[in-house]
Amino acid sequence: MNVFDIIGPVMIGPSSSHTAGAVRLGRVVNKLIDRRTLKRVEITLSGSFAQTYKGHGTDRALLAGIMGYHSYSPEIRDALAIAKDRGIEYTFIKEDIKGAHPNTARIRYFLEDGGEGSMQGASVGGGNILVNQIDGMNVNFNGENNTILVTHQDKPGVIAAVTQLMHWEYADLNISNFHLSRQSKGGEAIMTIEIDGQPPENLIPAIRKIQYVSNAILIRRI
Amino acid sequence: MLKYESIDELVRAAETRGVRISELVLADQAEAMEVTEMELYEKMEIDFSVMVSAVEAGQKKNQKSMSGLTGGEGYKMKKYAEQRDGGLCGPFMARAISRALAVAGCNASMGRIVAAPTAGSCGILPGCLVSLWEDQGFNQKDIVMSMFTAGAFGMVIAKRASISGAQGGCQAECGSASAMAAAALVELMGGTPRQCADACAIAIANQLGLVCDPVAGLVEIPCIKRNVSGLVIAFSSADLALAGIEAKIPADECLDAMRSVGDALPGALKETAKGGLADTPTGQRLQKQVFGEKK
Repeated sequence: MNVFDIIGPVMIGPSSSHTAGAVRLGRVVNKLIDRRTLKRVEITLSGSFAQTYKGHGTDRALLAGIMGYHSYSPEIRDALAIAKDRGIEYTFIKEDIKGAHPNTARIRYFLEDGGEGSMQGASVGGGNILVNQIDGMNVNFNGENNTILVTHQDKPGVIAAVTQLMHWEYADLNISNFHLSRQSKGGEAIMTIEIDGQPPENLIPAIRKIQYVSNAILIRRI
Repeated sequence: MLKYESIDELVRAAETRGVRISELVLADQAEAMEVTEMELYEKMEIDFSVMVSAVEAGQKKNQKSMSGLTGGEGYKMKKYAEQRDGGLCGPFMARAISRALAVAGCNASMGRIVAAPTAGSCGILPGCLVSLWEDQGFNQKDIVMSMFTAGAFGMVIAKRASISGAQGGCQAECGSASAMAAAALVELMGGTPRQCADACAIAIANQLGLVCDPVAGLVEIPCIKRNVSGLVIAFSSADLALAGIEAKIPADECLDAMRSVGDALPGALKETAKGGLADTPTGQRLQKQVFGEKK
């Protein structure tokens, strides 16, 4: 903790969990979309998010984050209108996601190029978030570190190949957190790798070239 | 390096080195965060400028919250202060009250604020500091420095008690903000580090047990007006300490008491909108007005 955790952050009100945290959840999706053109989003709100989103501007905050704005951007207030201007369709659905944290949102996105994906995460207090699912697979990260998501086929040696590449090519690179989840044995799997500091420029393309890896995405600090 | 585990640690370290708490904390934080003191000072200066803008935004006539339940309080109080020569509280205090209302209202209308320490209690510190800056001619450098003192007290409160309404009730949000502001005010007025601690203790003691009971779960009723009581208590606590009236219970013990009181509070009174004012007939009616029947 430092003095700016107390005097700060600078944020758009009214609520750190229902507004600032919601923007940060939206920003995770913005990183997943990675400059591709967004056509439509379908946002499911669960628990307290579903009950009180209008009074806290949670809907605007999530959309603003998806469009790349920060928790301190004054544009949050006008996010619904900005999305319309940009031709982004949006729908909000209230649904109880079973077993989820009270402030949970699930965001499905559909791109102009036909691509789509989803993210589920929770705003856990004080503007902090926890991402639980990407494309239906379990992950576990809070966006405070640079995070690398590697989707791959569940085969022996894939994790070793990725971490060895990270170690042998970039000796200074340190993994601070590692999480693996898979849909079934031998099926699709996802690694969540959090690292200290900045990732080297060529790391992500290099990981993508590894056998059985289908994709690697970098989610920069939210 | 400081641990920020007790107010007494801050007071003793400042006394030993013969510096103000703000100077001590700025140097310590620069070392801990591995940046220069100038960088940290400038970062805090930005926070202060956001506070000044939030006062301005919240004093506009048409300011309205997202839910429509509140709005225009900062404007009304400012007008009253001008037209009635400050009313009962006097011009300085009435204007300070209008600023606290303005910033809390700015937050409720999705304006930009500095959480200090939280969004719900964001009007107290700017209400105090912007008033000293605009109405009493304090220079900006001293004001910005005093925010390091407020921040240091807040860090100890967060570690030793809580700054979250969901965890400790409103005493942890508006109570903490008020105690932080009281310490900053004492330093600005030339008080000693020990007097800063006394002011903090008095402010905490005066808000012990305050529950977090937001109507409809929104940061509006009673949050916006509680920023006013937090501000007034900050000023009175600072004046008491500066007058040489000591806190009979030391600040750290007040914080420990705040923690146990927070733990003893039932969940209904900790930001769940199930007790207190949220559970009154009018509170329930307002909730339905905003969100419809089902909740």
